[in-house]
Amino acid sequence: MKKLSVLVLLAVLLTLFGAFGVVSAQNQYEGVVIDVLTFTGPQIAEPLQRHAPAFQEATGATVNVITVPFADLYQTILTDQATGTNSYEAFVFAPQWMGDYVSGGYLLDLSDKVGASEELAWDDVGQFFREFSATYQGATYTLPLDGDFHMVYYRIDVLEELGMTPPTTWDEYLAIAEAANGMDMNGDGEGDFGSCIAKKRAEQGYWWIYSIAAPFIQTQGTSQGAFFDTETMNPLTNNAAFIRALEIYKATNAFGPADELNIGVGDTRGLWTAGRCALTVDWGDIGSLAVSEGSNVNGLTGAVITPGSDMVLDRATGELVACDEMTCPNAINGINHAPYAAFGGWSGGISAAIDPTVQQAAFDYFAYVSAPAQSNVDVTIGATGFNPYRISQFEDLAPWVAGGFTEAAAENYLGAIQASLNSPNMVLDLRVPFNQRYQQVVLDEVLSRFLADELTAEEAAAEIEVRWNEITDELGRDAQLAAYTATLGITGGN
Amino acid sequence: MAAASELAAQNKSHSTDTRPLGERIGSWLDAASPSVLLMPTVLVILLLSIFPLIASLYSALARFQLQQGGFAITFVGFANFNKLLFGSEARKTLGRIGELPAWSWIVLAAFALVMLYFLYQHINRNRVGAFSSIGKTIGFGMGVFWRVLTGIIATFFVFMLVGGLYSDRGIPGTIAVTLIFVFGSVALQYTIGLILALLLTQDIPGKRFFRIIFLLPMMITPVGIGFLFRMLTNTTVGPLGPVWQAAGLAQFSMLEDGGGARLAIIIGDVWQWVPFSFIILLAALEGVSRETIEAARVDGANRWQLFRFIIVPEIVPVSTTVILIRLIETFKIIDVPNALTGGGPGTATESLTLHAFNNWRAIDYGLSAAISYILLFVVTYVAMVFVNIVRRRVLEAFA
Repeated sequence: MKKLSVLVLLAVLLTLFGAFGVVSAQNQYEGVVIDVLTFTGPQIAEPLQRHAPAFQEATGATVNVITVPFADLYQTILTDQATGTNSYEAFVFAPQWMGDYVSGGYLLDLSDKVGASEELAWDDVGQFFREFSATYQGATYTLPLDGDFHMVYYRIDVLEELGMTPPTTWDEYLAIAEAANGMDMNGDGEGDFGSCIAKKRAEQGYWWIYSIAAPFIQTQGTSQGAFFDTETMNPLTNNAAFIRALEIYKATNAFGPADELNIGVGDTRGLWTAGRCALTVDWGDIGSLAVSEGSNVNGLTGAVITPGSDMVLDRATGELVACDEMTCPNAINGINHAPYAAFGGWSGGISAAIDPTVQQAAFDYFAYVSAPAQSNVDVTIGATGFNPYRISQFEDLAPWVAGGFTEAAAENYLGAIQASLNSPNMVLDLRVPFNQRYQQVVLDEVLSRFLADELTAEEAAAEIEVRWNEITDELGRDAQLAAYTATLGITGGN
Repeated sequence: MAAASELAAQNKSHSTDTRPLGERIGSWLDAASPSVLLMPTVLVILLLSIFPLIASLYSALARFQLQQGGFAITFVGFANFNKLLFGSEARKTLGRIGELPAWSWIVLAAFALVMLYFLYQHINRNRVGAFSSIGKTIGFGMGVFWRVLTGIIATFFVFMLVGGLYSDRGIPGTIAVTLIFVFGSVALQYTIGLILALLLTQDIPGKRFFRIIFLLPMMITPVGIGFLFRMLTNTTVGPLGPVWQAAGLAQFSMLEDGGGARLAIIIGDVWQWVPFSFIILLAALEGVSRETIEAARVDGANRWQLFRFIIVPEIVPVSTTVILIRLIETFKIIDVPNALTGGGPGTATESLTLHAFNNWRAIDYGLSAAISYILLFVVTYVAMVFVNIVRRRVLEAFA
């Protein structure tokens, strides 16, 4: 009886401690407010907002998601931190910008936290995203929430009707676009477009050019780099390869909407799901948007690694030469592919200048959003803007099927991403200090002027070279070269 | 000489003031109180306006760089201005001028002749003789110098506009684009505002309703106007897409062409700011004396004569003020081009403010500040020319 009484007492005590433990976990961050800054959604901001109430219920922390236009996000984070304003506790941004934030000492080093968090399941995150997107100079500063690669999407039914296969080169892309242009692809009696590419200035248009140029420029693997010469930091733009890419880019205008120079990715995605385009180049979002409610192209959307080229740049002469075993060691059927990890995937970083409790709360929030239980569903929803980045997301088709994909469509979509991710010749996005000046200011402006016929392809290529060199010299050529080569040490594969 | 003796007399009166000390202090306080009371406000205003001016001038002469634990600002002299006016950004700031057509040389020559005529008029009116005082001679010389400088700058602006728009492969720079927005938009704002105001001075039903309706666009935020016009001009997925298609314009977009894109922005800006001109001109028109108009009618004046000889002289002072305010405001245009076109296609709609903003958000504060100083110079120049020459001459003409 005495033993029984002791056991009952122990059980009551354990229950009480357990309850206290639960209460303690539920109120772990009672009163903590996490202001998370990201870009104007609905993509990215939507899942962050949607998961906030559940996180608050579990921990007591309040999460506010604050948004600014994409073009203002980089400097808003930088000025908030550099001036010590510290209006935000956490940020969801492009890993490209990490160098600027880390060099200022604004981001919290998460190296110790990522391995310690069971919920995060760090080893399930693809190697590329762990080692490139999240890491800078050997330390982890962000949690990946998204995986980004450019791919080409095609209309399965349109290509079947034309008797054509998905493009493997950019010349084939143009041939399909030309053949499909003017066909009625959505049954409304109106002619539709052969190719839809978002080319609006001051938005995300400047990324497409490197999807086209990369297979002409980079051949020897990821560490060769596609932006600058790794010995001199001279831009790889004023050459026959980049000029050819510019010509292809401009040639797509003829098969796109009349206002293609003034439409952004939101517009092209709307055109795609409305069934008005035969081809487009985009991140992974199209795949899940195509199966979402209201889409006219559910079951009709195919995805493929970005096209390549059988002619590549001879860096010694600046001219194009034919692919062979020496010039294109990674070629597939004589075609050199160089998939472009454009942007690198939205990632969450935490301010280094805030209270450690709030830092931990922000980390736990990002870990919660990134955890397989949440993210493996989020990546199947087009509106989230999140694309697959975890190994389990590629292996388990069940969430994709539940999200509206057929197994075949899911395999096709994930296969295209994996083909990019596993490519030994993958192109890493530019991640040197002040990369915004190189890309968002100079590249974006010169491309827009070229598309508007203000510059010829040769003039555009030369101007990018001159102005990029000017920026490099202003910032210090040696320092920029060191930063650039440091980012090229990572290879793909999950 | 007279002034010196007056001062001496004042000093003498001060030194021989026999009033009691308290009374003297009281009268000094009376005299000083306006200055003392105003001084804090004046100092605050000076600090608020001069400090940012000096700080931004220093920024324009410096380079901002991030470094471990913070940032560094390095003095680089005129490097930012050099880059904008003679270096890699010169094509963007000043535009590209190709081979000019023959007619444009005639326009430029005519404009230069007008400038020379103004100079001749000034010299003729203020001629100084061999025995004129040094002060008068210096004043005359300065007048000539400023007029020559004004003429050169104005001719250069016209050259940039004509060359950027009409020369072979010419492209207007951000200065010329800003001038196109300013003069195109303000001219239309004033004209349409005046027409609407004249309409609402007539006895028409629903005047009060129209007054409110006409004012509405001014209440909308400019960036909202930008997005509104972005939707309206989107021929593919915009709400007017079916209308464009029905009209056979599905393959046409005014934003694909530089001229069309600039026109779209001017339309947006005019739509928003016509109410400003309208409401002020309506007040001016309603202030015109009814007795004078009736008297002119009795004397047989027709509608045109009433407008030209009675109404216009009465509203000219208000009109010039409205135009001056809108000129200065329109020079700072950014929201509509930023939201509608992002400055594109190419740089066709990139105003000076957007040019500065694009560099500012890439943390190139030095270049951004230098562009802002160029804008300050251009605005000040145009405002001074408008006030000292255009406004004065128009007021004289209608006096």
